[in-house]
Amino acid sequence: MNSVSTWTLIGIGPEGWGDDILAGVLVTIALALATLPLGLIVGFLMALGKQSEDRGLRLSSDIYTTIFRGLPELLTLFLVYFGAQRLLNLATSATGLPEIGISSFLSGMIALGLVFSAFASEVFLSAFRAIPAGQTEAGMALGLRRSRIMLLVILPQLIRIALPGLSNLWMNLLKDTALVSVVGLADILRQAGIAARVSKEPFLFFGIACALYLVLTMGSSIVLGSIDRWTKRGEVRR
Amino acid sequence: MTVVPAPPPAAPQRPGLAGMITLGLWALAAIGLVTWLVSVWNPDLVARYGPLYLSGLGTTVLLVCLSFIVGAIISVPIAFGRMARNPVARILSFLFVYFFRGTPLIAQIFLIYYGFGSFRPQLEAAHLWWFFRDAWYCAVFSLSLNTGAYQAEILRGAIESVPRGQWEGARSLGLTRTTIFLKVILPQAMIVALRPYANEIILMVKASAIVAIITVFDLMGETRRAYSRTFDFQTYIWAALFYLAIVEGLRHLTNFAERRLTRHLKR
Repeated sequence: MNSVSTWTLIGIGPEGWGDDILAGVLVTIALALATLPLGLIVGFLMALGKQSEDRGLRLSSDIYTTIFRGLPELLTLFLVYFGAQRLLNLATSATGLPEIGISSFLSGMIALGLVFSAFASEVFLSAFRAIPAGQTEAGMALGLRRSRIMLLVILPQLIRIALPGLSNLWMNLLKDTALVSVVGLADILRQAGIAARVSKEPFLFFGIACALYLVLTMGSSIVLGSIDRWTKRGEVRR
Repeated sequence: MTVVPAPPPAAPQRPGLAGMITLGLWALAAIGLVTWLVSVWNPDLVARYGPLYLSGLGTTVLLVCLSFIVGAIISVPIAFGRMARNPVARILSFLFVYFFRGTPLIAQIFLIYYGFGSFRPQLEAAHLWWFFRDAWYCAVFSLSLNTGAYQAEILRGAIESVPRGQWEGARSLGLTRTTIFLKVILPQAMIVALRPYANEIILMVKASAIVAIITVFDLMGETRRAYSRTFDFQTYIWAALFYLAIVEGLRHLTNFAERRLTRHLKR
C-alpha cells in the first residue's frame, strides 16, 4: 500500500475515487437505458419486416441483421464514432452550417442500438412464430382492425414469449456499454481506469469495476425476474 | 387419424412498394460504398497496409483458435464441478461462471493485463511476470477464461439434455461409467452442443477485436494503427468487410456441418 489507505482511495472526497466511480455507474446505466427503447423499437420493426409477405422487405431486414450481428461491437462503435463525424462534417461544410461534434454518448447509443436491434429482431421473430395464426384469425373474425389485433392480441403474448431472449440481450447491452469507454465516455470502466493510473492501484480499481458490473447484472436479473413473473401472472393461477 | 386439410395456397411472393424502397436504399448504400472505395483506391496504401492486415487476420485466427482450445480444456472441470454433488465444487464453479459471464470482457482483460501489475513483486518472485507483462499472453489468457466459462455452460447443458434413460439403459448393459459417458452420452450431447459451440466461436471472433485496446495487433489492432497513421476512413471499412466475411463464412460452415452431422436423425 502507498501512503494512502485503501479505504481513503475508494471513499468519497478529494483523495478518494468513490464519487467519480459512482458517477461512472450512473453514466453506464443511463447509456444502457437510453439505448434500450431505440433497440427495442428498431428490432421490433425489423422483425415485422422479416415476417412480412413482401419479399423485398424480408431481404432488407435480413441484410440489416447480417451486417450488425456480424460486425464486432467495437468496430461498429468506431464506424459510428468516426464515420458519423465525417458524414456530419461533410454535411455541415456543404451547407455552410457550423460544425457539430458527435458525442461519445450519442455514438455509443447509436452503435449499441444497431447491435441490440439486430439481435432483438431475431428474438421478436421467433416469438412471432410461436404465436399461432389462429390468434390473428380469431381477432379478424371478431372484426378487429389489424392494428387492434397487434396491440390487443399479439403484443401481450409476444412480450411474454420474447422476455427471456430480451433479458439476455439486456445483459449483453449492459456489458457492451463498457466498450464505449474506449471512445472517451466517462463510464465505470473509464473512471476506474483513471483512478487506477493516478493511484497506481490497478487491481483494486479494475476489481471494483468488475464488481460493479456484477452488481448491475445481478440487480437486472432480479428486476427482470419480477417482470417475468408479472407477465406470467395469468398462467400461475390454477 | 383425421385427414389434415391441405394448407391454403401461399400468398404471391413478390416485392411490394415498401420492399422496393428499402431494397433500393440498401442498393444505393452498396453502390455508394463501392464507388467511394474505388475513388479512394490507393495502391501505395494497399501495398503498405495489405500485408499488415493479413498478418492481423492471422493473429485474430490464431488468438481465437488458441483461446477456444484452452477454453475447452478449462470448461471440462468447470462443467463437471457445476454438476457435482460436492457443494464446494458446485459453488466454486458457479462463482467462476458467474464472474466471467456477468462482467464485460474488456473489464476482465484490463483486470488481468493492468491489474496484475499490482502484484509485480510476487509475480516476479514466482517467475510468472514474463507472462503477465506480455499483452499477447494476457489476451489469450483472459479470452480463454472467458470462453471457458461460456463453454462450461454449453457442455453442461448438452450433457444434461441427454435423457436419464440413456444412462440407465447403458448401465443395464453392464458398461462402466467412463464407457457410458464416452460412448453413449458424449456423442449425443455433442450434436446438441454443435450449434452453441459454433455460436461461441463467432462470438469469440467478434470479442477478440477488444484485445486491440491492450496493443495486440490483431485485425482490429492493425486497423487502428493504419487509421491513426493515415486518418483514412476506408481502413475501418476494410476491417468491417474482413470481419463480415469471417462471420458469414463460419455461419454457413456451421449450417453445412449441422446438416451433414444430423443426417441420421432425418426421417
